[in-house]
Amino acid sequence: MKRSTVTSVGRHAVLLLGSAVVVLPFLWMFTTSLQSRAETYSNSSIFPTSWHWENYAVAWEAAPFGQYYLNSLIMAAGIVGGHLVLDAFAAYAFARLRFPLKNALFIVLLGALMIPTFVTVIPAYSLVASFGWIDTYAGLIVPRLADVFGIILLRQYFASIPAELEDAARIDGCSRIGIFFRIMVPLSLPAFATLAIFSFLFAWNDFLWPLLVTNSDELRTIQIGLSAFQGRYGTSWNYLMAGTLTATIPSIIVFMVFQRALVRGIAASGLKD
Amino acid sequence: MHSELRPGRTSGRGGAPRERYSREELLTAGLFLLPALVVLGVFVIYPIISAGYISLTSWNGFSPVKEFIGFDNYVRLSQDPEFWNSLLVTCIYAVGVSVLSVASGLVVALLLDAPLRGRGFYRGVYFLPAVTSSVAAAIVWRYMLDPSGFVNTVLAGVGVAGPDWLQDRWLALGALTLLTVWKNVGFNAILYLTALQALPVGVFEAAQMDGANFVQRLRYMTVPLLRPMTFFVVVQALITCFQAFDLVYVLTGGGPQGGTEVLGMIMYRQAFRLSDFGYGTAIAFVTLFLVLGVTLVNWRASGSGRSSLR
Repeated sequence: MKRSTVTSVGRHAVLLLGSAVVVLPFLWMFTTSLQSRAETYSNSSIFPTSWHWENYAVAWEAAPFGQYYLNSLIMAAGIVGGHLVLDAFAAYAFARLRFPLKNALFIVLLGALMIPTFVTVIPAYSLVASFGWIDTYAGLIVPRLADVFGIILLRQYFASIPAELEDAARIDGCSRIGIFFRIMVPLSLPAFATLAIFSFLFAWNDFLWPLLVTNSDELRTIQIGLSAFQGRYGTSWNYLMAGTLTATIPSIIVFMVFQRALVRGIAASGLKD
Repeated sequence: MHSELRPGRTSGRGGAPRERYSREELLTAGLFLLPALVVLGVFVIYPIISAGYISLTSWNGFSPVKEFIGFDNYVRLSQDPEFWNSLLVTCIYAVGVSVLSVASGLVVALLLDAPLRGRGFYRGVYFLPAVTSSVAAAIVWRYMLDPSGFVNTVLAGVGVAGPDWLQDRWLALGALTLLTVWKNVGFNAILYLTALQALPVGVFEAAQMDGANFVQRLRYMTVPLLRPMTFFVVVQALITCFQAFDLVYVLTGGGPQGGTEVLGMIMYRQAFRLSDFGYGTAIAFVTLFLVLGVTLVNWRASGSGRSSLR
């Protein structure tokens, strides 16, 4: 009994030390974002000592962060929506329907998942450029409307739903499309939630593709805008950190609210997007 | 998609060829698959094939003509000191990240495995960097490592003159490695935690009764039993490193003097800065084969030494 108390205190000590290391950059970002410019070079306190909230307003004035935010939201909404619809349709076909070359097709998709993005990014870029989609929402969204990870995730979930439910519905005269919408979708809401969170985080944090297909502030997403802001105002640490923090908040909120679904998704699939 | 059905294909199996698939089922499958397959086909599968060809051309990305030059890009690659530097940097980076990812993920998972107050809190905290964007994470690290940033100010406080971290190629690579591990520690911990919770409890209790202490159980039971997950964590780490771009782009831009110019960075520079799409694609292809090769070797290694306990 006593020994287990000692071990658990020890575990807490190590875990807390680790947590401090993990959290330190976040804390430093927050503290710096509230300092005056002079303080950023002289004050190394981890916790805020002054409260210049106006830094946030200045940062948002200096660069069109509002526009970046809006662009990121539109892109994320498009990608999340696309994944939920297109991935779900394809996943259902792979989980439940019989058609020729099904396994071969699935293996091709799995193989595509292994290919580094760099291999596809150059031809995909020139394709999008030839469509005239550079600096458009279409260029940001359409190429990523479907993804293999979501198909695998949903297929796994659909396959775990008892087939008897479907058989019963079919006997009652329900079509396969009807089964999909009336049985599969309502029963799979947790899997949809997991996919939506993964897709949102992917879209919000994505960098390389938006960097390539956007040139103007009107279409830049928050990550690209932030990177450009760092190039322009790199010496104003307080404004830079205020901008960085505001760009980070949406993913942190989504993570905090949906932590369980996210962890469940990682545990279930053992896959990273 | 249903139109691709060739009646002859199934007849060899002795069944009635046309009855095997119902019409409604095929129609539905085609309808359901079409949207996703069009998107993936046009923007993933076609580019893979197209990339194979582009890597054999001297295309600049704009010209309508793609001049075929055979394997010249690959020959040039093999003689390009910048490419070899990049490959070396990526390999050192990948080894560092793999080792530290396994170690940190396993330690955090082991600490969180047994019931403990505040487990959910710790899990959330350790996962925080993983949901933060690479750009934000790299910006914060970059300024903390600045000569007048947090790290050196603290060092100065204890009387140590800190170096200019990101201006020394090895220190910069070390910082990049730590940043990558920091960002993924929560992810790896959750993977290990899942694997730990699936281990057979009975075997461990029996070993404990037979007098095996914690270190022995860890060394001879936990670690071998976790080998499949370790394989997965290492492969993920390798893929992360061979695909690394965002973190490097913001933290160091590939510098100093190519000290952190990983394969992703050199590919980007060649293709999108120097307009050498053919050469950039060749680099991407070599990266692809390296990733596949390393994964295969790793898989063989982890498969052949599989524990007899399982």
